[in-house]
Amino acid sequence: MADSVWGPISAAAAPAATVRPRHSAVVRATHWITTLCFLALLVSGVEILISHPRFYWGEAGSVLTPPLFRLPIPASRATVPTGYGYVLPDQNGWSRYLHFQSAWVAVLTGLLYVVFALFQGHFRRNLLPARADLSWRALSTVIAQHLRLRPASEEDAWSYNVLQRLTYLLVIFVLFPLVIWTGLAMSPAIASAFPAAVAVLGGQQSARTIHFFVSVLLVLFLLVHVVMVCVTGFRDRMRAMITGRLAPDMDRI
Amino acid sequence: MSRLSRRKLITAGLAATAGATGLAAAAKLAQRYGLIPPDGGGLYGPGETLTYAAQRLLTRHSLAREFNPNQVSRPPFANAVDPLGDAFKRLQEGGFTDWRLTVDGMVLRPASFSLGELKSFPRRSQITHLACEEGWSYIAEWMGVPLSHVLDVVGTLPEARYVVYRSIQPDWWESIDMADALHPQTLIAHGMNGGELPVAFGGPLRLRVPRQLGYKSVKYITRLTITDSLKRFGKGLGSASPEGGYAWYAGI
Repeated sequence: MADSVWGPISAAAAPAATVRPRHSAVVRATHWITTLCFLALLVSGVEILISHPRFYWGEAGSVLTPPLFRLPIPASRATVPTGYGYVLPDQNGWSRYLHFQSAWVAVLTGLLYVVFALFQGHFRRNLLPARADLSWRALSTVIAQHLRLRPASEEDAWSYNVLQRLTYLLVIFVLFPLVIWTGLAMSPAIASAFPAAVAVLGGQQSARTIHFFVSVLLVLFLLVHVVMVCVTGFRDRMRAMITGRLAPDMDRI
Repeated sequence: MSRLSRRKLITAGLAATAGATGLAAAAKLAQRYGLIPPDGGGLYGPGETLTYAAQRLLTRHSLAREFNPNQVSRPPFANAVDPLGDAFKRLQEGGFTDWRLTVDGMVLRPASFSLGELKSFPRRSQITHLACEEGWSYIAEWMGVPLSHVLDVVGTLPEARYVVYRSIQPDWWESIDMADALHPQTLIAHGMNGGELPVAFGGPLRLRVPRQLGYKSVKYITRLTITDSLKRFGKGLGSASPEGGYAWYAGI
């Protein structure tokens, strides 16, 4: 009954060296939808950013205000002094449409994922680290193994190690909520309905600045994630996340 | 997939049917309660509709945040404007005494108000945040007559759903729904930071819609048209913004 689309992944029960389930259908579907949304949000976010590559703290800020910092890139607006002798084309229209549409799909997909993950015990089983793995000793061992670039064991293909678990939990429960919150806090209509959600961030320009830094962290996560997939076996990991099955000992198809 | 049983197929079929029916019902309800924006078609229509509908449900009566005088941005940033034409310059030379705001469409008493008449109407002053979709913003004190008062004076018909407003600059025209038009903070602004509204900030008349981004606060307004449908205006997308690729609703 439970061993259907959502299937609890009981690696131990399956005979070795056969094609065995690794990721449930919902994890795979939401993973790839989120991937597409993230790329759309990234491209459109960068396009929106270049119309004003300056950051401020507080409620308000413009080219007449000293910035917290500015990015050394050209801008798509002639009103922003950048030191470059040219202005990039304005892409804000479609970028904003795409940004918000992808954000809606990402948020709805994320809600679906969280609801079903809670329902199926996905967090408890696959993402919450075992207590024993959280000791300094255990953590430093795993970190040392990573630093020595020790190849991933077969066991690692079946279960996330403690660093992966902590990273995924951080992304799912801290970075994604924070990037949604700071994004919404920039909305004048949302700010009118939920002023406290803006005030605790320090103002609407602070929200924009935090939104930028959280996005940078998410991009760093994406880069490390992709590098680790390549290092540990691109074909196996991709096959597991696409078909849901993993067969490390089988001949590569 | 060998595990694909008949039961699963039936379940999936039922779920898909329920989903499609639910979506159709939601679309019908959204249409009925005016939750679909005029640019709600096309590739980005679903996202725009979700944003507009969600924000309308959450923020219909919410008030834009107002700030203390010590939070006013000094100096505020005046965005670049297209060159103002001869008609504007002639009015400017006359101190804008001949500037008029025409109000027509679905109203009982179409009217044309001079700047002086508008200044004699009840005033409201508020310190609000103006954010440009580019990312910059400033806080300023705005003073003017609430749009709702002018709509009361001309007597809008019950069928009215949108107010279309135009600038003396022919390429600039926008529209808002009645939730924003009747909102107490939506002003026909003629003053800023304790003085006259400077030309660089939209003087002599600018429609200030503080719960939307700056591009909805059109400068140099000359005409309001009250309507029940935006189909007959321009390309029918609601305003000049969607025709230039920008969303009609700018609450985010």
